[in-house]
Amino acid sequence: MPNLTTNYLGLPLRNPLVASASPLSERVETVRKLEEAGIGAVVMYSLFEEQIIHESLELDHYLSYGTDSFAEALSYLPDIGRYSLGPEKYLDQVNALKNAVNIPIIGSLNGVSTGGWIEYAKKIEEAGADALELNIYYLPFNPDLTSAELEKNYIELIRNIKAQINIPLAVKLGPYFTGLANILRQFADAGADGLVLFNRFYQPDFDLEEFDVVPNLKFSTSDEMRMPLRWIALLYGQLQADFALTTGIHTGIDAVKAVMAGANVAMMASELLKKGPGRVTEVLAEFTAWMDENEYDSVEQMRGSMSARAIGKTNVLRRANYIQTLNSFRYLP
Amino acid sequence: MKRQRITIDGNEATTLVAHQVNEVIAIYPITPSSGMGEFADEWSALKRPNIWGTVPLVVEMQSEGGAAGAVHGALQTGALTTTFTASQGLLLMIPNMYKIAGELTSTVFHVAARSLAAQGLSIFGDHSDVMAVRQTGWALLSSGGVQEAHDFALISQAATLKSRVPFMHFFDGFRTSHEVTKIEQLTEDDLKAMIDNDLVREHRARGLSPDHPVLRGTAQNPDVYFQARETVNPYYEKTPAIVQEAMDKFAKLVGRQYRLFDYVGHPEAERVVIVMGSGGETVEATVRSLVEKGEKVGVIRVRLYRPFSIEHFAGALPQSVKSVAVLDRTKEPGSAGEPLYLDVVNALVESDRAGIKVIGGRYGLSSKEFTPAMAKAVLDELSKPKPKNHFTVGIHDDLSGTSLDFDPAFSIEFPETVRCVFFGLGSDGTVGANKNSIKIIGEETEGNAQGYFVYDSKKSGSLTISHLRFGPKPLQAPYLIGANTANFVACHQFSFLERFDVLKYAQPGGVFLLNSIYGAGEVWNQLPREAQEIIIQKNLKLYVINAYDVAEKTGMGQRINTIMQTCFFAISGVLPRDEAINQIKKAIKKTYGKRGDVVVQKNYEAVDQTLANLHEVKVPAAATSALTRRDPVPAAAPDFVRGVLGPMIAFEGDDIPVSALPVDGTYPTGTTQWEKRNIALEIPVWEPDLCIQCGKCVFVCPHAVIRHKVYDEKLLEGAPETFKHSKSKFKEFSNGMAYTVQVAPEDCTGCTLCVEICPVKDKSQVGRKAINMAPQPALREQEAKNWDFFLGIPDVDRALFSPSTVKNSQLLRPLFEFSGACAGCGETPYVKLVSQLFGDRSIIANATGCSSIYGGNLPTTPWAQNAEGRGPAWSNSLFEDNAEFGLGMRLTLDKQTEYVRELVGHFTEEIGPDFANALLNADQSTELGIQEQRNRVAELKNKLAGSKDSKAKDLVSLADVLVKKSVWIIGGDGWAYDIGYGGLDHVLASGRNVNILVLDTEVYSNTGGQSSKSTPRAAVAKFAAQGKGIPKKDLGLIAMSYGYVYVARVAMGYNDAQTLKAFLEAEAYDGPSLIIAYSHCIAHGIDMAKGLEQQKLAVQAGMWPLYRFNPSLADQGKNPLELDSKEPSIPVEQYAYNETRYRMLLQTDEARAESLMTLAKRDVASRWKYYQQMAAMHYDNGGEEKSEQG
Repeated sequence: MPNLTTNYLGLPLRNPLVASASPLSERVETVRKLEEAGIGAVVMYSLFEEQIIHESLELDHYLSYGTDSFAEALSYLPDIGRYSLGPEKYLDQVNALKNAVNIPIIGSLNGVSTGGWIEYAKKIEEAGADALELNIYYLPFNPDLTSAELEKNYIELIRNIKAQINIPLAVKLGPYFTGLANILRQFADAGADGLVLFNRFYQPDFDLEEFDVVPNLKFSTSDEMRMPLRWIALLYGQLQADFALTTGIHTGIDAVKAVMAGANVAMMASELLKKGPGRVTEVLAEFTAWMDENEYDSVEQMRGSMSARAIGKTNVLRRANYIQTLNSFRYLP
Repeated sequence: MKRQRITIDGNEATTLVAHQVNEVIAIYPITPSSGMGEFADEWSALKRPNIWGTVPLVVEMQSEGGAAGAVHGALQTGALTTTFTASQGLLLMIPNMYKIAGELTSTVFHVAARSLAAQGLSIFGDHSDVMAVRQTGWALLSSGGVQEAHDFALISQAATLKSRVPFMHFFDGFRTSHEVTKIEQLTEDDLKAMIDNDLVREHRARGLSPDHPVLRGTAQNPDVYFQARETVNPYYEKTPAIVQEAMDKFAKLVGRQYRLFDYVGHPEAERVVIVMGSGGETVEATVRSLVEKGEKVGVIRVRLYRPFSIEHFAGALPQSVKSVAVLDRTKEPGSAGEPLYLDVVNALVESDRAGIKVIGGRYGLSSKEFTPAMAKAVLDELSKPKPKNHFTVGIHDDLSGTSLDFDPAFSIEFPETVRCVFFGLGSDGTVGANKNSIKIIGEETEGNAQGYFVYDSKKSGSLTISHLRFGPKPLQAPYLIGANTANFVACHQFSFLERFDVLKYAQPGGVFLLNSIYGAGEVWNQLPREAQEIIIQKNLKLYVINAYDVAEKTGMGQRINTIMQTCFFAISGVLPRDEAINQIKKAIKKTYGKRGDVVVQKNYEAVDQTLANLHEVKVPAAATSALTRRDPVPAAAPDFVRGVLGPMIAFEGDDIPVSALPVDGTYPTGTTQWEKRNIALEIPVWEPDLCIQCGKCVFVCPHAVIRHKVYDEKLLEGAPETFKHSKSKFKEFSNGMAYTVQVAPEDCTGCTLCVEICPVKDKSQVGRKAINMAPQPALREQEAKNWDFFLGIPDVDRALFSPSTVKNSQLLRPLFEFSGACAGCGETPYVKLVSQLFGDRSIIANATGCSSIYGGNLPTTPWAQNAEGRGPAWSNSLFEDNAEFGLGMRLTLDKQTEYVRELVGHFTEEIGPDFANALLNADQSTELGIQEQRNRVAELKNKLAGSKDSKAKDLVSLADVLVKKSVWIIGGDGWAYDIGYGGLDHVLASGRNVNILVLDTEVYSNTGGQSSKSTPRAAVAKFAAQGKGIPKKDLGLIAMSYGYVYVARVAMGYNDAQTLKAFLEAEAYDGPSLIIAYSHCIAHGIDMAKGLEQQKLAVQAGMWPLYRFNPSLADQGKNPLELDSKEPSIPVEQYAYNETRYRMLLQTDEARAESLMTLAKRDVASRWKYYQQMAAMHYDNGGEEKSEQG
């Protein structure tokens, strides 16, 4: 039996499989099942800045709407004045999960503004989270906003949050940066203990029957892991930060690849949402079997074994890889 | 324990005690007492315990009659039990009240006294209801203000336990129940000190128990009933002393001394007024003021009205008194005098003081103002050699000459008191902000504060007027702020200046704050001339702020409450500015903190941005404006509308004399057309090129403001330049016919349902539809002209087409238009559809509720007439009896039809056998058939015209019943599922041809969203603050069980064609029909513009399956049940969690929300399966399942 333990953000994990931020962590029972199935750690669903603001404003709007306008109905809904809105509910859940399981629980904060919002980082820590993942999920659609400005904001946000907390901080981001490697280094320099590559941006679709723009949530596929795989492989050993590979991990083999690229952990959501927490056991078995078959003793031994630095053929991962891919297509007679 | 000073209204003050000294509370909503039930339910939901440490059990019943029954049962088994009610609700409790008193049972009912429905319903305050129970054997204890309501709730509880006589504690509806003022809150220790636990245990011990069985409620015979009735006398004899004892104990404990008859005034008073309730406050304050001026006057405030203690009364009346005036806040037509008056006359006779001159009078009915000027007029009347008896005060009775004159300028207001009047729009939050201001001053300073709020009778675009007083002296002023007495007047809507005399309230030198889009430099020229003149004449300081701009910039949207409140504190001087700002922010945190920090922050931001935008206006020396205030109704309106309804619209209805009003409550229909409210910020604009003429926008419009017509192109001659039209695409009307969709710009509420439902999208710009919203002001004048032109185009002849398609049905003129329902109302499109399809031959019985309020509340009413002067005849009886009321209408028609058919038979020879036969056997299944029958009836009348034969006269006068009439019984789910269910069931069972339309909002919407048996499982509603734990009653299924009732469940947002089909089938069915219509509602906590979308989701989620159950099909051997919606295809959550009523349970009790949602999903699945099986049953079994109804 190989040694599966790994270390992520300074947290010792029993294996590198981590449940990434998803609705799986909304129920204590599910997290308990994940733990039983063998998961190494759980990143909680995200506390969304926008969602909290929206929930508050929405509740306020509907509790106020139509009130004090008509003598017989000065209000329309009971206002019992005790609401568990986003942050409090979230913090309660951190606490509940920590009490229910022994594996590390990583809180997740999704927001881009500084100010009052970052106080929640501290509160998540106080609620018992072992680490915090900051998810900078933001669509920079404003043409007046320059990359430089945006990147500066992100770095400031990371610094501010890092200053608030004593637990480790991971930063989860999308791939859409002009100078990705550089910005990752800047994030690490600003205080990110780990980098979670990459966020999936849910892309809306057009409904051509209704002539409408509709949200379109699709599960990832194993193919999608190749971009983070490549980037982790390229940057492994170059930055002072751990790597988590997220998006596209569906099988034990996917997880093997993640670790070999240099990731400390492989994060899963789609696969578990589709097949349930029990799937962790199967993935782990597959992962272990591969290690056994290939005579790896430990995850530590495996980590980064196929990174750019390790394979010595960095170009393959850089440009030649592209050329090679193109060349691999043959026109059949 | 230190007593807190709190600022609350009378309902809350009462419930604070009642909830703590009871174990069981049975509730039912009725204005103005609903607040008490709501507080009790919410506090129990929050697990607030009573003084014995256990949480009272709060149960909603199906009616006040049910509540009284439940209370009776709970009392009989030993629980401390209470209920809250008013008006008709109290009347429904009378039978049980006799029983409860006859059995000497300790309880207190708390009543917000309200008018009874007579010539019209009124939700406002007087003692008509209280006086209707004075004979039941209950003790009646009257409180005159919010503090007293709090105190007497306790005193009455203590006294009932001691005396065993049940108590009704009452206070004036609205004036006390809804006045917000500062009071001293009794502590739990106070309550414990007043309630004797031994007496509580004795009460329990009297409860029925099989462990010590007794029998109570026997039937008694002539031998003993009488004697047994007399056994209770000693208890009643002791009760006054027991109450006084409780009052004395209370005084020792708390410091406030009350007496059964509280005398205030000159020790040697010669003239005394006797009065009960909040009017006593006014008389007391007036008397104090007059005594200071040397007048020998006084007042007796009656606290304990029953049992009436002559001894205590006589003891309270000074020996010097020569004359008394007794004021009754009720009317008993035909009596020798109103009740309190008669009691006083009797008391004086029995106490050997018959020499005192006594007069009685009526005041304050339906919350009519009762001011110091009126109190003085009464006292002055007593000085006259021949004072008027049976007088009225507060109105101008030019019919019977009963009214006393009074000097409206008389005032006893203290100069130290600050008086403020605010004109706001319901939706802008003015009232809420003012309630906060009162709390700030009441609770954060030593000063006193009082607020009272006046609302108009519309549910959309409504006007609110807030009357606030602040001051160092006690505010003994339960009346509105009078003309020329307000230090501060604020107008939160610029347009109000065009419509109302806002500035009449301002005192000389006062401050006027105006929310204006015009800045300080330009506003003057935009003011109506009348406003300019008053500002100059009264030397007012004028301030302006563009509150909408500040609100927009700070994320407040249309809510300008915080901004205007900040302005008020900044310029009124009631508090130092900085302190005021701090306190506003504290109040914001307190009010909104629980809704999230972002809500608090945006309000803070609004406060901070306000002062920089507040500007004083330099008032010029002369009025220069060419603009003048608009008449409330146009000159073209009929005389009655101009003379009577017009002043009501202008808030000057108090000045209308008795003679101007109808004697029997009969009013003309079609009057909303004269009240142009202009409340929409944006209105729909039609794009003829894109439009496919489907008529959906017209179908769903809740306010009948968007209409379409097909007409001869030649009629376009003379059309206004901007009048839009296209070629008609109707297959029945194509050649040479034009088509127009037109909007009534001044009547539209801007709800956008029409835009939401429009199925067309511009191919090159999919966000653009065939109707789009655009700002109203720029379109108003142009579209008003177009609307007038459109109305002038004749409606299509009903006989020329079938209304069985949605687009065709909408060619029928709506005879229900421009109601004051909420913008985007989910009920009114169905009501309008009835008016279109059958309105010219329908009689409508309307249950009390939203539909009776937007359908029949003065000043103007929406039921209208067609070009021939025909239209729905409408009436409202009560809440509970509407089905029976409608059945009565049917019975009249059936009987009259029978009689007329007999008469036609009698006159067969005179009118001709063929003609008689045609009259009696006319096919009226189509509009053409109906039109032909109308012609025959006209001919019949012609034939018999001038006949002196009494039977012929009868036939002529009744002949119209030969044209098919349609009886519609309309009401909400509170009526159909709960209070009126017994009657509804009986009417369904009767087999008579009535059409019942249930506008199902799944709550009591009109009283503010209380749960009914229609409320679905997992939804939160008032009276179900913890989320409703039991499933919705299946009214349709129950009705189907009769087999001969047509039943349909519809939701026009899912399938408008099915809705239309159901209405047509229901009306065509010659028997009882029941249509249950999904009506989205403001009480669901939804974006009303998405109401139709929610209807669709409700059906898709299986929460609202659509069907039609037509017994006629069973007669043909077919299954009568047709399911009109598909198997549930989306999760319930996808529908439910779009609505605050479901979502908020997730935020208050997630675990319960989830478990109830699981059960709600099971409800959906099992109901669908059941319906599916029913719809699959075979009915071809030789007619065994055939309807027996004919």
